[in-house]
Amino acid sequence: MKVLVTVKRVIDYNVKVRVMSDNSDVDLKNVKMAVNPFCEIAVEQAVRMKESGLATEVVVVSMGPATAQEQLRTALAMGADRAILVQSDEALESLTVAKILAKIVEEEQPGLVLMGKQSIDTDNNQTGQMLSALTGMSQGAFASAIESDGDQLKVTREVDGGLQTLSIKLPAVVTVDLRMNEPRYASLPNIMKAKKKPLDTKTPADYGVSVKAHSKVLRVEPPAERQAGIKVGSVAELVDKLKNEAKVI
Amino acid sequence: MAILVISEHDNAALKPSTLNTVKAASEIGGEIDLLIVGSGCSAVADSAAKVAGIRKVLVADNAAYDHEIAENVAALVIELAPGYSHLLAPATTNGKNFMPRVAALLDVGQISDIIKVESPDTFVRPIYAGNAIATVQSLDDTKVITVRTTAFDAVAEEGGSATVESLSQVKDLGLSRLISEDMAVSDRPELTAARVVISGGRGMASKENFELLEKVADKLGAAIGASRAAVDAGFVPNDMQVGQTGKIVAPELYIAVGISGAIQHLAGMKDSKVIVAINKDEDAPIFQVADYGLVADLFEAVPELEKSL
Ligand SMILES: Cc1cc2nc3c(=O)[nH]c(=O)nc-3n(C[C@H](O)[C@H](O)[C@H](O)COP(=O)(O)OP(=O)(O)OC[C@H]3O[C@@H](n4cnc5c(N)ncnc54)[C@H](O)[C@@H]3O)c2cc1C
Ligand SMILES: Nc1ncnc2c1ncn2[C@@H]1O[C@H](COP(=O)(O)O)[C@@H](O)[C@H]1O
Repeated sequence: MKVLVTVKRVIDYNVKVRVMSDNSDVDLKNVKMAVNPFCEIAVEQAVRMKESGLATEVVVVSMGPATAQEQLRTALAMGADRAILVQSDEALESLTVAKILAKIVEEEQPGLVLMGKQSIDTDNNQTGQMLSALTGMSQGAFASAIESDGDQLKVTREVDGGLQTLSIKLPAVVTVDLRMNEPRYASLPNIMKAKKKPLDTKTPADYGVSVKAHSKVLRVEPPAERQAGIKVGSVAELVDKLKNEAKVI
Repeated sequence: MAILVISEHDNAALKPSTLNTVKAASEIGGEIDLLIVGSGCSAVADSAAKVAGIRKVLVADNAAYDHEIAENVAALVIELAPGYSHLLAPATTNGKNFMPRVAALLDVGQISDIIKVESPDTFVRPIYAGNAIATVQSLDDTKVITVRTTAFDAVAEEGGSATVESLSQVKDLGLSRLISEDMAVSDRPELTAARVVISGGRGMASKENFELLEKVADKLGAAIGASRAAVDAGFVPNDMQVGQTGKIVAPELYIAVGISGAIQHLAGMKDSKVIVAINKDEDAPIFQVADYGLVADLFEAVPELEKSL
């Protein structure tokens, strides 16, 4: 089974973002960029499937600027076989990403698409569900474990009340949650090898998808700052403050 | 203009998140209908009809919608969509599961997790784990939106007198079926709706030690939450995680115990009214958002806190 994995280039999760003074966006100049943490887990899962003989080939896809090659190379160094970069300097909305992915799915015919459940920049949590809807492949969102079961996939999902396990038909789109695995670090020899692995560069137009805006960001602002609080010296003082000053207990 | 709110329920009653979502709908303005999708969910209709401000309750009660399988629920919602300018669902794991499908099938974008309505086409939502707040205008005719429920008050549960209509169409795509569920049972208030939340982090050091928090929670009528580190370490189940990728809470009082205050955790609790942090590291970032910080060993402070309540 071929596994397709999506990899998004985003700000590193440790970096504190700053909003630009003209309120047009956050400032991404000279900040450390990385693979979206959820996508890293998706890549790890696909590579493990290949190592255990469940997957025959792991293809990684990213959409974004030319520099997104770096994140694809990271995925190749982790063990993916080849990469596709759909280059676009415009920010692509989730629906557009899903439409392009649907075309790639048509071309590549993967048995499974593994995606992150959420991008940590836009926090949309929608692209995988959209891809599933557009392709008619079944959906397993927010998965913490998957297990293959013939032409079905057993998917354990993290839901508000606890865990839910579904049996879904293959081919399927699965979006992964943080507890699925712990991604490996690529070794130096694998980083070297990754440089020679195939990376195809395409454009949205190659897939016949026109980049249409469904929304417009009018303003980006920093969140309201919380007033600095105080340190209390003892539990007794804390309880007193909560009772008599904040009046919450 | 009419708005369809897809409700969150447990087949017996509406969940509070539905009432918050109706509030967001009322701020957009226009007639509001409530859709109840599920299996054996007819009982919900009576109470739903009493919710203030609802025009009509639509009920789709069929085995195909058992456990609200995303493919089937979305297929139903898109059939109803032509009558509405806005489709709203709470940004719960259920809403997040089916709603983007609805958007894609209608060929429109989804605006996720709104915290404010500026106008019928313009909404405010957090991005970058709440470190930036974006004001976004939808350019689509049909607006598909998920609502961060902690950002909107609940509408009154009583006072309305909506008509109830049963839907007969059954959408069963046959792609997914439930094998099992492992749901937390608790007598405590729901994490996202509790007035007081006490959360433990890696500093709790073990599953057993969460009992210390339970004793405090018993006295305060609090819900118990956790950081991702505490969940990953197996101290508590995943449904207790608060944060960017867990639950968003905004209680009157949030008590963080042995939690360092990573941005991903803050994303889930920094809109709480009063924040208390108990941590032995005086430089822990959690103190930057805490109204009352106590630098102490939690194994001494928490039992003492419990005794003094
Ligand atoms: C994409 C992504 C999403 C994430 N989503 C979330 C999320 O939704 N929620 C979340 O919580 N995290 C999330 N995280 C993880 C987050 O980055 C932190 O790793 C996590 O919140 C740390 O948990 P912690 O504060 O319990 O642990 P630590 O950072 O290890 O902090 C433990 C704290 O306990 C204190 N302590 C230890 N012993 C004691 C004692 N005896 N008494 C008092 N204090 C003590 C220490 O001083 C320390 O400050 C996410 C990470 C990523 C990459
Ligand atoms: N530009 C992109 N390139 C590659 N993958 C993407 C892109 N945008 C979204 N995705 C995938 O879709 C997931 C969910 O993204 P989102 O819906 O934006 O939160 C991400 O974790 C990625 O796996």
